[in-house]
Amino acid sequence: MTRYFAILPAIFIVAIASSSSHSSEAAPEYVVQDGQVDKATFNGYRRFHGTCHACHGQDALGGSFAPSLVESLKTMDYEAFKQTVLEGRQVTDASGAVNAMPSFGNDKNITKHLDDIYRYLAARSDGVLDPGRPPKLPKPK
Amino acid sequence: MRKPFARCLVSATLGMLAIGLSQAHANDEVKELAADPANWAMQTGDYANTRYSKLNEINIDNAKDLQPVWTFSTGVLRGHEGGPLIIGDTMFLHTPFPNRVYAMDLNEEGRIKWMYEPKQDPSVIPVMCCDTVNRGVAYAEGKVFLHQADTTLVALDEKTGEVIWSVKNGDAGKGETGTAAPMVYGDKVFLGISGGEFGVHGHITAYNIADGSLAWRGFSTGPDDMTLMDPENTTHLGQPVGKDSGTATWEGDQWKIGGGTTWGWFAFDPEENLVYYGTGNPSTWNPVQRPGDNRWSMTIFARDIDTGMTRWVYQMTPHDEWDYDGVNEMILVDQEMEGEMRKTLVHFDRNGFGYTMDRVTGELLVAEKYDPVVNWATHVDMKTGRPQVVAEFSTHQNGEDVNTTNVCPAALGTKDQQPAAYSPQTGLFYVPTNHVCMDYEPFEVEYTAGQPYVGATLSMFPGGRVSGDGTDNLGNFIAWDAAKGEIKWTIPEAFSVWSGALATAGDVVFYGTLEGHLKAVNAHTGEELYRFKTPSGIIGNVTTWEHQGKQYIGVLSGLGGWAGIGFAAGLTGDTDGLGAVGAYKSLSSYTSLGGVLTVFAL
Repeated sequence: MTRYFAILPAIFIVAIASSSSHSSEAAPEYVVQDGQVDKATFNGYRRFHGTCHACHGQDALGGSFAPSLVESLKTMDYEAFKQTVLEGRQVTDASGAVNAMPSFGNDKNITKHLDDIYRYLAARSDGVLDPGRPPKLPKPK
Repeated sequence: MRKPFARCLVSATLGMLAIGLSQAHANDEVKELAADPANWAMQTGDYANTRYSKLNEINIDNAKDLQPVWTFSTGVLRGHEGGPLIIGDTMFLHTPFPNRVYAMDLNEEGRIKWMYEPKQDPSVIPVMCCDTVNRGVAYAEGKVFLHQADTTLVALDEKTGEVIWSVKNGDAGKGETGTAAPMVYGDKVFLGISGGEFGVHGHITAYNIADGSLAWRGFSTGPDDMTLMDPENTTHLGQPVGKDSGTATWEGDQWKIGGGTTWGWFAFDPEENLVYYGTGNPSTWNPVQRPGDNRWSMTIFARDIDTGMTRWVYQMTPHDEWDYDGVNEMILVDQEMEGEMRKTLVHFDRNGFGYTMDRVTGELLVAEKYDPVVNWATHVDMKTGRPQVVAEFSTHQNGEDVNTTNVCPAALGTKDQQPAAYSPQTGLFYVPTNHVCMDYEPFEVEYTAGQPYVGATLSMFPGGRVSGDGTDNLGNFIAWDAAKGEIKWTIPEAFSVWSGALATAGDVVFYGTLEGHLKAVNAHTGEELYRFKTPSGIIGNVTTWEHQGKQYIGVLSGLGGWAGIGFAAGLTGDTDGLGAVGAYKSLSSYTSLGGVLTVFAL
């Protein structure tokens, strides 16, 4: 389905990524058109690849160090995303190894851009945005 | 008049005695251990960092008959850099976080004598930019030295694994972490620090082996009393550095969060009494935010072993715009340069230039590209030492929020920390390399202590995409003539070669690949003699030793590190249909995580 959206050239996709009904706040929305993104989503791409990609991999595909957010965001809603980024979390796996996500609550490079990072990741997770540096939509006239 | 003179003489004599004593002391033990090729007594093989062994049972003719003889799982999954130490009948083996140390009995195929695992706050894990790697332990005077992820340096009793002393080298809360191997020389243990992506203030520190007390600390940036520089007598390419050179090329207080970390390997010259190492990138990765040369990031340092005072420096990449850390190892080799024997230092920098310097004076002798695809600079001006930056590839000149494309090498460097080897028999250097280029877009970031301070977006791809030669390999293993600055032969590898090399008197050179192969090649021609697929990708360094008259080869597998994190999921997703993209993505179809030591013999 999502692939179908992505290749439809003329459709202006505004995804409503907030699928969970108990969200107290509306999830930020991305704009993807012909593979081009709005300024906010582009900013999310950039901020993600300035910090988060070190663990979560290029294009949010994950790595051996941390999970693919393309996958994670299929089941994680905006509230849970926000909470995880701001508070961090630690998980101990079956082998006893600890996986740790730090808290970015006092990192302005993240907190100021949290919604944009979400937009980018939601677009990636929804399958409407290919890997790589997305071209920007022309400025609205 | 006479009296003060006499007193002067006495104190001078005492001083010399003291120096003589300290040098004759612990030095001898480690030096003697390292001189016996049956041992592998320090991570770098010897003080000169040659990673050369005089063992020759395994040679060009019989290397094909190598086989694995025993293996050992470390019980840890993350990236395994460095390698084991072998002292007599005992092997000391480290792991990435949680930083276990195993003492193993070589008489019983590595039966565990003791295991040490420190208690560390897991919050240090995500502060490590490029995986929770550790590059190994050091040994001296019955003590095993471990540099933990949280920057604690511990001295363990060689017999029991009990902690003799422990000292904290940094603050993980500020993003300071420990990955570099400690190195022992004389009565001191030398320690670097990591955290260039967190705006830390880099330094090298010497601790006294006896009790862990601080001997000296030299910062990479700052006023002279912090950098341990003498404005008149410390030189940069023969010229005095001048007063407070470590702050003069920074704006305001930026040098305090200026990076210049020291997570590579250290080399020691007993005759000159100097320790050599390189410093890392200036923080942030956005060059526009930190105008100036940013001295002394990206610099080769030569410091007095006893006092830390800087004899000479050479800044390879002034005002870095690409993250070309200068931390790679310095290999100390005496070679004939244009008919004259010189005491040289050879260094393969992340920036793609192979440097040969006079290690006594700091004179620059050779600076040549060791991968032809390197394009960010045309050449190094041999008078000023400055790389001649190509405007098209200057991320500063292009500016913030502009994507500078097709820069070679990528931030990974033409080579990262994985050390090269040198064979005195062939006179060649054997260098594991990356063949990767990048797009780099700097943008403004704010500094918060303990938080990432990066400020650039990168994407990486095979060098062939820039050279246009139709290749898609991401790495090469090369032989290099450092007197001429020429590549002698090249073995293309599908992935970056992220494993440290070993050269041997049998004229066999060893290295590992990210797919997990241990390879043995002919030191003269590069012809492959043997390969074996180990359980995981290799980013460890190959080691050799002799036990009960037999030569062994050992290597840690365990995919991870920068290569492992970035590559496992596919390095770039650009939709230009290049076959190479597929190649990147396929690393996960060759191998998976897992720390295992594999030991080979004939």
